[in-house]
Amino acid sequence: MCLGVPGVVIEIEENTAVVDFDGIRLRVDTFLVPDVRPGDFVIVHAGSIIAKLSEEEAMEVISAWRELLAALGGESV
Amino acid sequence: MGESPVSRIIKAYRDPAIAKLICNRITELVKTLVKKEKKEIIKIMHVCGTHEHTITYYGIRDVLPETIKLIAGPGCPVCIVPAREIDEAVKIALEHDALVLSYGDMYRVPGSKMSLANARSMGGNVQVVYGFRDAVEKSRKTKGKAVFFAVGFETTQPTIASYVALNKIPPNMSILVSHRLTVPAVKYILKQPDIPLDGIIAPGHVSTITGAGAWSFIAEDCGLPVVVTGFEPIDVLLAVMDLLEMLVKGKPKIVNEYSRAVSWNGNVRAKEYILKVFKVVDADWRGIGVLPESGLALRETYSSIDARKIFNIRIDRWIDVKPGCRCPDIILGRAEPTDCPMFLRACTPEKPLGACMVSSEGTCAIWAKYGGYRRNVSIRDQ
Repeated sequence: MCLGVPGVVIEIEENTAVVDFDGIRLRVDTFLVPDVRPGDFVIVHAGSIIAKLSEEEAMEVISAWRELLAALGGESV
Repeated sequence: MGESPVSRIIKAYRDPAIAKLICNRITELVKTLVKKEKKEIIKIMHVCGTHEHTITYYGIRDVLPETIKLIAGPGCPVCIVPAREIDEAVKIALEHDALVLSYGDMYRVPGSKMSLANARSMGGNVQVVYGFRDAVEKSRKTKGKAVFFAVGFETTQPTIASYVALNKIPPNMSILVSHRLTVPAVKYILKQPDIPLDGIIAPGHVSTITGAGAWSFIAEDCGLPVVVTGFEPIDVLLAVMDLLEMLVKGKPKIVNEYSRAVSWNGNVRAKEYILKVFKVVDADWRGIGVLPESGLALRETYSSIDARKIFNIRIDRWIDVKPGCRCPDIILGRAEPTDCPMFLRACTPEKPLGACMVSSEGTCAIWAKYGGYRRNVSIRDQ
């Protein structure tokens, strides 16, 4: 129940959206994030979109860490 | 068809190469803490069933130095619903001839005498729904009364609140509210002298609603580092590393590692819906007792959809914890499932004794399925 699942918005109709979870499609509520658009990457929780996910942010964070950690490699604290 | 953004992120956050870099850094930081602070054990608590799932499923405890103890806190919203509230739902199903709609996780959780699943096998009209939208649709198709058993932390509350606020509840439908709030529970744990902690991993999805800012009291008032993080293995490893960095520097702060989904203020609209429809009340947690301002109840304006008022149910006696069961200690992080004498003996996923063995987010159920205890296999030294 408390599981948040990431998916991609396929289409919007009134207060609902069809979201694709790697092949499985579900109609979910958009009341909490009404400005979603097709193509948006979102987190769905118990049948409702609760947040948008930013792929850009995700990739920036991980590459920053990768660089920093590689630079730190072998260096003591 | 190309790779979806979902699989691209998942691939990056499950990359073994970066996992190894983080683990090396964690080992360095732990060495420093052991040397400088003479720390024998570093206790980190998370408060989300999905984090426990990530930690156990990916064997994260096994790749961390033994000094680090990752403990599960009150992260399972189903496990902490008092038996009394399950008894209320059972009574509505069996004695009031109403359709009771429940999330799947709640369906098998034992009340004082029985679960909703048992009530159904005795002829009660109980149905499982995935979300509130399904519950509304099922209610519309029902001729008689329908009741939604509303459990859950901050992630499930705003959806229900949005339907109520927007007047989208069918006339035959009412709500049995059993919502609890995670922030007051963490505040309570941090006040317990027998649960000493060195850092907190804040729940990622709850934080999409509350915002990372909701957890700043942990650093400001309690002086502990706190990291909001996501649910991939790298997310959890990064959170552990961040917490250790702050412990080494002696500067506890709040860090939002899950910035791809969580903002400082959270989902403001969702919070407004919650505030409009619910009031914050003192509430009891299964086997733990009353925690101040830790629950929600419908505001007076919405009495006409309040199942407790409509059915006028009173449960005077209930049994939260069966003899021998250590669920309350496990929920508060005082014990691990393997400390419970019933674990995988008298209490199994097939025949659960306590609530933590039922839900897919209960610590005992996760350990029973994937094994949470440390094994002697380790990639640390490879």
